[in-house]
Amino acid sequence: MNPEILSRVLLQGGTVIDLQARTVRRADVLVAGGRIEKVEGSIEEVGGAEVIDCKGKHIAPGFMDMHCHLREPGREDEETIASGTAAALAGGFTRVCPMPNTDPAIDTEAQVRFETRRAEDANCARVHPVGCCTKGRQGKELAEIGAMVSAGAVAFSDDGSAIADAQVMRRVLEYCKAFDVPVISHCEVKELVEGIANEGRMSTKLGLKSAPDVAESAQAARDILLAEFTGARLHIAHVSAKATVDLIRWAKERGVQVTAETCPHYFTLTEDALAGFDANYKVNPPLRTEADRRAVIAGLADGTIDAIATDHAPHLKGEKEAEFDAAPPGIIGFETAFSLGYEQLVLTKALSLTDYIARLATAPRRILNLPAASTAVGSEAELVVLDLKAEWTYAPDRVLSLSRNSPFIGRTMRGRVAAVLLGDRLFRF
Amino acid sequence: MTLRSRHLLGIEGLDRSEILTILGQARTFREVLDRAIPIVPALRGRTVVNLFFEASTRTSTSFNLAASRLSCQCVNFSKATSSVSKGETLLDTARNIEAMGVDGIIIRHPAAGAPHFLARNVKAFVVNAGDGAHEHPTQALLDAFTLREKLGDLEGKRILIVGDIAHSRVARSNLLCFTKLGAKVAVCGPPTMIPPYVEDYGCEVFYRLDRILGEVDVVNMLRVQQERITASSFPTVREYRALYGLTAARLRKLAPEVVITHPGPVNWGVEMDFDVADFSQTLILPQVTNGVAVRMAVLFLLAGGEHPEG
Repeated sequence: MNPEILSRVLLQGGTVIDLQARTVRRADVLVAGGRIEKVEGSIEEVGGAEVIDCKGKHIAPGFMDMHCHLREPGREDEETIASGTAAALAGGFTRVCPMPNTDPAIDTEAQVRFETRRAEDANCARVHPVGCCTKGRQGKELAEIGAMVSAGAVAFSDDGSAIADAQVMRRVLEYCKAFDVPVISHCEVKELVEGIANEGRMSTKLGLKSAPDVAESAQAARDILLAEFTGARLHIAHVSAKATVDLIRWAKERGVQVTAETCPHYFTLTEDALAGFDANYKVNPPLRTEADRRAVIAGLADGTIDAIATDHAPHLKGEKEAEFDAAPPGIIGFETAFSLGYEQLVLTKALSLTDYIARLATAPRRILNLPAASTAVGSEAELVVLDLKAEWTYAPDRVLSLSRNSPFIGRTMRGRVAAVLLGDRLFRF
Repeated sequence: MTLRSRHLLGIEGLDRSEILTILGQARTFREVLDRAIPIVPALRGRTVVNLFFEASTRTSTSFNLAASRLSCQCVNFSKATSSVSKGETLLDTARNIEAMGVDGIIIRHPAAGAPHFLARNVKAFVVNAGDGAHEHPTQALLDAFTLREKLGDLEGKRILIVGDIAHSRVARSNLLCFTKLGAKVAVCGPPTMIPPYVEDYGCEVFYRLDRILGEVDVVNMLRVQQERITASSFPTVREYRALYGLTAARLRKLAPEVVITHPGPVNWGVEMDFDVADFSQTLILPQVTNGVAVRMAVLFLLAGGEHPEG
């Protein structure tokens, strides 16, 4: 992607969403040398700045996706750090956290440095790697968490599988306290999982091998109790089940240091989508019932679920064009996340626009100890320009990811990311 | 007489009148089977392929014979391996076979939805000969045909399906087919073998066989997979037989007009005692014969053949 390099930019006529002041107001934003110089109702003197017409548009801090898969190293045919971070920017994500379940897994300092180096070369969205909790993601021995922290890893996870051994999970939680980093738990009791479809009405009707929601919530319950016991920080990944939302709410009331994320597909789709056996609806955890979908939305609305992450999981067409059981789980999500959330959460009035943007921008940075997302004067420009009135169709030829495994291809959506300003670089979409 | 779909993917996509169309056509072909030369030229020049990804002698032989009796060529292609592990996908296999020029593909596959996937991607018509735990529509049709021959209209008839409902495609297709034909269906098995929301099929659920066995007109026994023991669906064959088996003792207590069906192959001594084989009301062999006629009807209707004379 080729950005325009602009030493002075005036974003004129837009509405600025300030997440710290929690205000939404009409203002012009002048960016000079990559920093926000002025935010005022109307900036007349532009001093040779490039003027970007933002009338009718919103300006917000860049989003952060704390859960995605960039497939590098190992499956560069599906995605690379370069292609993935470009697709992320198109979705408004200026920072992303790739999960370490690559091949080989990211479980050493050198591999964390490899990822950040690759991201610097690509120069699109910034990459904050998540390192493995255990060596080789095997769930047995602790990985060199301290060394990975020094290389820039912001959280630890064996995502893709749960840490089945409770003693190992306890040690991981305890050990991470030394660095104040969260442990991200992929909650899945493996023994309860026969296949990747929600056990319920649809799995019965379609005869699909299935997994019950308790495979997620039982593991979440164990990990919440271990987090309480150890006093460590736990983050529950891709929450899909009502029972998990209830457990997290209960844990937060008890003062457990737990945070959580969900993904757009869990508040947009239900198991009913499996009726045609289309593997583009196969995700792990699986799409669940309407009651679960509503509980996830309620969890986002009351703050039980802190963040929205994509779980962007690229797979080749040939892998997804298969019988449901044989296809790998996961869908790409960077480019559709904002629009799906706008449609399902904001237009339905479940969340205010600022609360919605906070789930995308504020919460992930807070959970990962990064500086707050800001539209304030003096901060480095890391801004998205949103066109909330736009109606657009996710056409296959506009997909920036190397993979196209999305059930939303062909869907017409409301609200889109029109541009991203990163320092002095402007990306228009 | 036609069907709305070009494919037979499941009973789910058929309405009552389409089921009756197939059964009516099967009646004609059933008579053909009793002739000295049981062959009609209805599908002369046509070719179908039996694409079997799971071992099955009975169903593939039945389809094979059905095609022959219609003067249709049938090629067998069996591949009892997972498609992905061999590097050749299901789609590859199907497209290659189609490229050889076939009118229809009869597929059996361990993955639910495999025939539906195929139907979206090939030009040939697709017949589902069993997909995972999803559907086995020709089994349901032959069961309905056999029961109607014996009992007449199934409206109001009480049919009990016994066994591993959760993992059985026969159970799903039969539940759909029998209820569409107006029967009152109940299922029975240990709770570990009853799938969630099975009541959505409009059936009653029983965990104890003896509480319902005396109330029904038809007992449809299912084959028990012994590997369900390691999956902890039931503890031992001995206990399964004691609780859910159609034992000689239970057989003696049945009303004389009750009929017994089983999709085969039977695990004698497990879900049914040997005595059931000799019981006059056991329809297992007629089911097998009728299966050929029903599959002839399905192939004939989907291939759009010439109407057979006589």
